[in-house]
Amino acid sequence: MTDTVDAGPAAEAPAVDEVIIRFAGDSGDGMQLTGDRFTTASAMFGNDLATLPEYPAEIRAPAGTMAGVSAFQVHISDHDITTPGDAPDVLVAMNPAALKSDLHTLVPGGTIILNRDTFEERNLAKAGYDHNPIDGDDLAGYQVIEVPMTTLTKDACKELGVKPRDADRSKNFFALGLLSWMYSRPIEATLDWIEVKFADRELVAAANRAAFNAGHAYGETAELGSQRVVVRKAPLEPGTYTNINGNTALSWGLVAASQLSGLPLFLGSYPITPATDILHELSKHKEFGVTTFQAEDEIAAVGAAIGASYGGSLGVTTTSGPGVALKGEAMGLAVSLELPLVVVDIQRGGPSTGLPTKTEAADLMMAMYGRHGESPVPILAARTPADCFNMAIEAARIALTHQTPVILLSDGYLANGSEPWRLPEVADLASIDVVHATEFNQTNEDGEGVFWPYLRDENLNRPLALPGTPDLMHRIGGIEKEDGTGNVSYSAENHELMVHLRHKRIASIPVPDAEVDGDADADLLIVGWGSTWGAITGAVRRIRTAGRKVAHVHLTHLNPLPANLGDLLRSYRRVMVPEMNLGQLSRILRAEFLVDAEVLSKVKGQPFTAGEIQHAINQRLDELAGEGS
Amino acid sequence: MTDVLDAGANREADEVPATTRADWSSDQEVRWCPGCGDYSILTAMQLLLPELKARREKTVFISGIGCAARFPYYMNTYGVHTIHGRAPAVATGLAMARPDLDVWVIGGDGDMLSIGGNHLIHALRRNINLNILLFNNQIYGLTKGQFSPTSQKGKVTKSSPVGLVARPFNPISVALGAEATFVARTHDMDRQHMQDTFRRAYEHEGSAFVEVLQNCNVFNDGVFSTITKKDVRDDMLIELNHGQPILFGSEKQYGVALAPEGVVIVDVAKLGIENVMVHDETIRNPSTAFSLSRIAKTPATPTPIGVFRAIDRDEFSSSVAAQIQEVQAQLGKGDLGDLLRSQPTWEV
Repeated sequence: MTDTVDAGPAAEAPAVDEVIIRFAGDSGDGMQLTGDRFTTASAMFGNDLATLPEYPAEIRAPAGTMAGVSAFQVHISDHDITTPGDAPDVLVAMNPAALKSDLHTLVPGGTIILNRDTFEERNLAKAGYDHNPIDGDDLAGYQVIEVPMTTLTKDACKELGVKPRDADRSKNFFALGLLSWMYSRPIEATLDWIEVKFADRELVAAANRAAFNAGHAYGETAELGSQRVVVRKAPLEPGTYTNINGNTALSWGLVAASQLSGLPLFLGSYPITPATDILHELSKHKEFGVTTFQAEDEIAAVGAAIGASYGGSLGVTTTSGPGVALKGEAMGLAVSLELPLVVVDIQRGGPSTGLPTKTEAADLMMAMYGRHGESPVPILAARTPADCFNMAIEAARIALTHQTPVILLSDGYLANGSEPWRLPEVADLASIDVVHATEFNQTNEDGEGVFWPYLRDENLNRPLALPGTPDLMHRIGGIEKEDGTGNVSYSAENHELMVHLRHKRIASIPVPDAEVDGDADADLLIVGWGSTWGAITGAVRRIRTAGRKVAHVHLTHLNPLPANLGDLLRSYRRVMVPEMNLGQLSRILRAEFLVDAEVLSKVKGQPFTAGEIQHAINQRLDELAGEGS
Repeated sequence: MTDVLDAGANREADEVPATTRADWSSDQEVRWCPGCGDYSILTAMQLLLPELKARREKTVFISGIGCAARFPYYMNTYGVHTIHGRAPAVATGLAMARPDLDVWVIGGDGDMLSIGGNHLIHALRRNINLNILLFNNQIYGLTKGQFSPTSQKGKVTKSSPVGLVARPFNPISVALGAEATFVARTHDMDRQHMQDTFRRAYEHEGSAFVEVLQNCNVFNDGVFSTITKKDVRDDMLIELNHGQPILFGSEKQYGVALAPEGVVIVDVAKLGIENVMVHDETIRNPSTAFSLSRIAKTPATPTPIGVFRAIDRDEFSSSVAAQIQEVQAQLGKGDLGDLLRSQPTWEV
């Protein structure tokens, strides 16, 4: 806390550079919505931010139990940040279960704001407490602010004619009002949102508004003034910003790719967490000519996308790991047909149903090798929520210009997490040039023009003639075909040629060189992929600020790998790969480049924190220093 | 967008050049076993399409895996030989993306009723514009003789050496259970009947399902010969003709009548022609057609062929396209810049 700013009427609040708040409550308490509104207000205020929504797989687990706890963590700051934060400074606990489940995440000495009304016998028992933690020593060392939120919300709603039971449902807005006051958030955006969201339910709107205002006023009247701070605007690059989550960004990227290529977007999909929001989002955008097809199963979803792609659409299928497993055979067909296809895998904890609502990044090996036969496909991975937009365009670009299925990897953390995104200028987005064959490309022995569907160009790509093109009728299929003519061929030599051609044409797709962030002359190189970018970047910044040297390379293209990667890896003494799996990229790097890449693994259904990676890097740097050079 | 994607609408306007069977035959050597029923189905198709004044470049055959699924390779049209069971799914995406095309789906009993059963019933449920031909030979041929989901109970095959335990699907009943809007049966011994049936399927708006009884002379020879051979046909095939009394037998001495327990075979002389059922393929409730599909318990008893059901219902892909057009008429074509600014934004 360094200085003060005018942050509201009669408020002179001291400034802090960042704060991490965790809203936790029962699934039915509306914690995701509360976090989301707080985030939007902070984004519009001008903070940099990152969020981590965490919710159970059940829609309504038994109320009040540990299984039903839903949490939303948001990190807001006056400077550039890359993660939702290591440990919250503030825990908002709407019930005993939320306190019990999330207390351990709080920083020592952190602030707990709890709904006093719920700390009674029944809820304490449901959470497994044999005593009331408010009265015991459990919370010693923390700053505890007890607020009878339920009572105060009901009081605020009494005169509106809202039934007490309904008023109870507005208590999350009380919490939001209180937190908005404590962190000097602008309140207009939230009040406007309530107005619009509940336009056709005036009583609900009135209750939520009353609860929000009551929470806001409570800070003042309860003399919590010493708690009030402000987190000032972050110096972001000039531009127009919006707060975006990964699944929305990915959906918009697919729409953009359709516009940039001039091909209609066809999405074949089957509902699966955490990918379903992409189906929802794209279903809303028929004005872009987007066709969404909710298929009877995962296989039909990819099959239909292949059919649409064959017909000249941008064919896309979106799913999570279990769905990719089911689509494997059809993806192999697309490899053999050499048709464009984008397969989006929003990874989640596995195997099997695993942790559907929790994040993991353990599908890399499946993406690389999860089809029978030699069946190479390009693989991309998004690194932040907003980056999902760019990577969706890049996936479509590779698919359409190299006529191949492409796998785009995201994960539950990116899908639901959000960050401020500086909107690109549409005019700056490069077009995707798609060429379809319209003429014969070969002459037969009688001197007549014929069309060979597997006659390759200089990049080893085959021509695509869409059905409907006069004279170019031809047949393609999953059976091995003769290079050139495309006719069914069981020839041993031809099969070997085709296996090599399929491998080579994917391996030679140009991808950007890997770039080193940090110290080129460090001993230790951190190699990351996907959503670990935020935590690794945060850790590397801290280590370098502390005066130690470390380098970071983040891979967005996992197949083929950047051409300069081997040389880069070999130029460092040690290579460490933080991954949300047991070491899948590290194994690929060892196999491809014969380097001793070590894995830093985390498979807890949660993303790495910067602190965890920072700790591991420091340990390794200490050892390297001990070994000497 | 390419010209091909835009050109679909003009199809009716242009003169269709006359074609012959040769124009519809690809240059590939046909590789079914000599004597296979598939040959006559292929011939029927290659003879029919010129008559329909179809365009080769607008015609696509999509197949799964199995002997039947090799069909597209022999047609000089566009074609995709996909993977086992998934032809209706791939064809659905194509038909949605390209309503200007005539899309035919070819598969066998294993392909469409076993591994791909789910895709078949959902294609039929949606009523998407596909002509689906199921070549039913009651056996797995390409894997050399295992029972299929249409094999009769007790059937001895390589995978049921002491007799098949399970009961078979009746493909017509399955299609009617999915409330398909067009359901028909024909057989490989009668080219004219095949052509007539395929023509009706082609002309139908929506999913058209045709079961073709097809002989596998290597692994299941003669399984339909008790009903389809020329000398028994009159007594064993019950031809369904819309608006006509359902009669069969060399002297039309047998008929079909509605009894309390369902549809039954009757002696016309005893019951009187006025009590014989008049076939109406347009009844919206599929129960009557379903009842007809249950007359034959095995391929050794009189079996109806022809069109069981043909009704009008909204076609899926055009309904999906209509929703898109409605939204575009209402909101105009989407603008990417507007989309990016559709959530709250702020300036820095």
